Amino acid sequence: MPALPRRRLEKVAINMTPMIDVVFQLMIFFMLTLNIIAPEGDFDIRMPLGKSAGQPTEDLQVPPIKVRLDAQPDGSLAGISMNGEPVADFNDLRRRVAGIVDASGAAADDIELELDCAYDLDYANVISAITAVSGRIDDGRLIEMIKKITFAPPSAE
Amino acid sequence: MDVAAGWDEDDATVTRKTTGPATVENDMTPMIDVTFQLITFFMFVLNFSEAEQDERIQLPASQLAKPAEGVLETPITMQLTATGGVLYAGEIVPVDQITTPLRREREIIVAAGKDPKQATVIVRADGRASTGDVQQVIRACQEEGFERFALRAHYEPE
Repeated sequence: MPALPRRRLEKVAINMTPMIDVVFQLMIFFMLTLNIIAPEGDFDIRMPLGKSAGQPTEDLQVPPIKVRLDAQPDGSLAGISMNGEPVADFNDLRRRVAGIVDASGAAADDIELELDCAYDLDYANVISAITAVSGRIDDGRLIEMIKKITFAPPSAE
Repeated sequence: MDVAAGWDEDDATVTRKTTGPATVENDMTPMIDVTFQLITFFMFVLNFSEAEQDERIQLPASQLAKPAEGVLETPITMQLTATGGVLYAGEIVPVDQITTPLRREREIIVAAGKDPKQATVIVRADGRASTGDVQQVIRACQEEGFERFALRAHYEPE
């Protein structure tokens, strides 16, 4: 008796075209709505109430460094001074702070720096000053300097 | 036009007859895989870049601003515009009236059983904002019991 011919399984072809259409539409949507923004970073500052008024609560071996930033009437930087001495620019400030940090050795972590800024000073200068004092980059490596930064109470408007 | 189309059709028929199979089945799987990967990538990037961003604020640039390590615990974002207002819940609040929303934030944190001292206030201030205004906002936050601040800047390597 001849064997019955086996029925071949029919392949069901799925129509991929609509799915690919939708997928491409989605991709174009995301590509167009994507706005590439430069990465952001933080300067972490711990500043409880009372400490900002220049009253360090911990015993400090090194007196705090006082940095004064003066402003022109339009908000631009008029001058920098550190402990009363004039400083040429932020690079000069970085060099001077690095000198103090290197000289103080192990006590460097305890050095406190107080920023005294004119009321109208553009905030970008404050970030530049914090950048200058909080670290320097040597051979592509970050060397941390001042970790404790406080703000003096805002001076007269 | 009609003539050209007719000629194409005839030509295609002839070719099919002479060179073998008429249709070549493409395997679409790798292409769809890659496309889905791309979509996933764009979805992730889109979500992260839109968090807390506002085009009204141009952050100052710094080469030492560290990207945040992990997710901050109970962050509060204070966004200061160049003209001296604080962007809060989509509205511009004058600096001297920021205490009310800050108190509300504090109550929410306390109600959640957390300590305001452990919360981080992210200060996103425009580079052209006056420092006195930024300090006033910091002062108001300190008076509500916040101690941790993160001054935000654009990371810009030299």
